[in-house]
Amino acid sequence: MARIAGVDLPKNKKVLFGLQYLFGVGSYTANTVLEKAKVNPDKKVGDLTEEEVAEIRAVLQSDYKVEGALRSEIQQNIKRLMDIGSYRGIRHRKSLPVRGQRTRTNSRTRKGKRKTVAGKKKVPTKK
Amino acid sequence: MPRSVKKGPFIDYKLAQKINKLNETNQKKIIKTWSRSSTVIPDFVGHTIAVHNGNKMIPVYITENMVGHKLGEFAPTRIFRAHSGTKSEKTTTPTPEA
Repeated sequence: MARIAGVDLPKNKKVLFGLQYLFGVGSYTANTVLEKAKVNPDKKVGDLTEEEVAEIRAVLQSDYKVEGALRSEIQQNIKRLMDIGSYRGIRHRKSLPVRGQRTRTNSRTRKGKRKTVAGKKKVPTKK
Repeated sequence: MPRSVKKGPFIDYKLAQKINKLNETNQKKIIKTWSRSSTVIPDFVGHTIAVHNGNKMIPVYITENMVGHKLGEFAPTRIFRAHSGTKSEKTTTPTPEA
């Protein structure tokens, strides 16, 4: 039904929540966008008129970066850090935590699945 | 919490003086500094600054993109040498579980 920024929004949800299916739109942004576009946030996405959809699209286009544009901006920011050889860039390159977290344990999100090292089975209490 | 805007960026006084001198005389010289906490400002661009990493001076060529970062970010203080058997041992000897 309503197609905004290249994403189909779920028909049977209220606009306030349907908008959040866009990358870069959370509850706060959805709220302000709807206020600016003067659309009732409790209306279902499927019930939106063409004009309302156009209005929402216009507001998003002028004031916000969503979806692909936002993703590429984030990538660019990371690439800049890597190119200038800063500490944060190096951490990104090695895919290790960037903000000073511990790496002795945890940080599995960044490091991925455990890579078991052979011959390191000294501690039988753990695992 | 970020630093107060009123104060402006922190730059080591001596370092700023040296950079100013080089800019005035249009020279390019490597400046040694221990002040890792100094912010890179646009005046630095194009200079090479040797930043101490606790062991030795790391030469850092300042580009425009680096403005706003601290000098210390470009001189890593830790060296990671690979663990003894990260790659070769995994394939050769899969020791049985204890």
